[in-house]
Amino acid sequence: MQPTHSSRRILLPARTWFIFLTLVLALFVNLVPLGRFAIFPDWVALVLTFWCIREPLKVSMGAAFVLGLLMDVADASVMGQHAFAYVLLAFAAGGLSRRILWFPLGQQALHVLPLLLGAQIVMVAIRLAAGGEFPGVLWFTGSFLGAVLWHPLTYLLLLPQYQPVERDHNRPI
Amino acid sequence: MSVVGHSPPPFFKRGPAPLARLLFFVSLSIVLLVADLRFHTLEWARLGAATVLWPLQRFAYLPVDAGMDLGDYLASQRALKNENESLRKQQLATANLLLRQEHLDQENRRLRALLDMKERQPSEGRIAEIIYAARDPFTRRVIVDKGTQAGVEAGQAVIDELGVLGQVSRTFPLTSEVTLLTDKEQAIPVEVQRSGLRAVLAGAGAGAMELRFLATNADVQPGDVLVTSGLDALYLPGLPVAKVIKIDRDNSFSFARIACEPLAGVERHGQVLILGRRTVPPLPVETTATPDKPAKGRKVKRKH
Repeated sequence: MQPTHSSRRILLPARTWFIFLTLVLALFVNLVPLGRFAIFPDWVALVLTFWCIREPLKVSMGAAFVLGLLMDVADASVMGQHAFAYVLLAFAAGGLSRRILWFPLGQQALHVLPLLLGAQIVMVAIRLAAGGEFPGVLWFTGSFLGAVLWHPLTYLLLLPQYQPVERDHNRPI
Repeated sequence: MSVVGHSPPPFFKRGPAPLARLLFFVSLSIVLLVADLRFHTLEWARLGAATVLWPLQRFAYLPVDAGMDLGDYLASQRALKNENESLRKQQLATANLLLRQEHLDQENRRLRALLDMKERQPSEGRIAEIIYAARDPFTRRVIVDKGTQAGVEAGQAVIDELGVLGQVSRTFPLTSEVTLLTDKEQAIPVEVQRSGLRAVLAGAGAGAMELRFLATNADVQPGDVLVTSGLDALYLPGLPVAKVIKIDRDNSFSFARIACEPLAGVERHGQVLILGRRTVPPLPVETTATPDKPAKGRKVKRKH
């Protein structure tokens, strides 16, 4: 894999345990209780989108479904709400992955924004149909923040793959 | 590298096509949604998953907890002094009532015995602390730190020092979930303290409540206090619930629109009291003719 398809740098393959670890960490950060009006991004959705775009063969709708169920339980929301939204998100991200990776990171973020927003809109639609309360426009800030964080997140999550294949202690980098 | 989304050559085993997988998972999610929303059959699964997630959740709460502790520690002496002062004043103000409570209780018991009424059930309470507000932005719920191990059951009423806060809607081994009165799907039977008019108070979302299904000429005024009527056999009668703040008597609607505001600190954090389940005497069996029993005594019983 390359950082982007237009780049000439070849990365190490992604490790499965690292993908798993980052998803669990995202779930953990999502569990931090910040009250009702947390405008922070949905970290699970963000990291899931990232891996669905980078590694569509390893992370796809199955992982999205399981993570969605866990989020449903953690959030005390309706069972299936997050699962439904995440599965759609994973499908869209996986399908678009070959296209998105051709773009530089800033433009990738512009692709990710509608994906994240779409997932939130799906959740709102489900809950409003079930008689819930509209959470307010501020709730959607999370998706925009997520898109802004796409650049640093990509750098962080690809960091282990940037390592050289052979460790040479005499080499400066 | 092969292209995802296109049909693979048969020698690369990659499972079903993305669209097939999407359909499978989406239909599974919809089944779950319907099962949970309509039939409420997934509580056992939720309980299991919540138990597995609990350590992670507890661990995630640690930094927030530590931050709060630090804030408490740094609370200035002045704030504490002020609070002490106001509490002392409040204690003096209520001392009169408290001191006479015992006396009134006994008198009440005697009078009730005289009236041949069953004693009102004394309800025991269990103090719990609100740990955090549930993250779900579509409902109004909080998580408290007492669960089934402490004997909490779904359906119990939760109050704080000012009035009714909500109702336990779901229990886990160590925590339980309380749906606040301001939740859109929460309703509570109340009566207007001044006039005794009975009605149903329902949450309206966004921290507000409304008194439903009262005629436009109903005897309600802004500032009226609403207390529980006890008709639902769930809340003890007489607990303060809300205050009427605005009434819109528009004759073009069949009902008045009455906006209320909760009395309890519904959206604040703190300690709450989970009231024990109320046992209500069963309704008397309907009989066609009971000439030997006086009708008057039965009426009194029913009221209670």
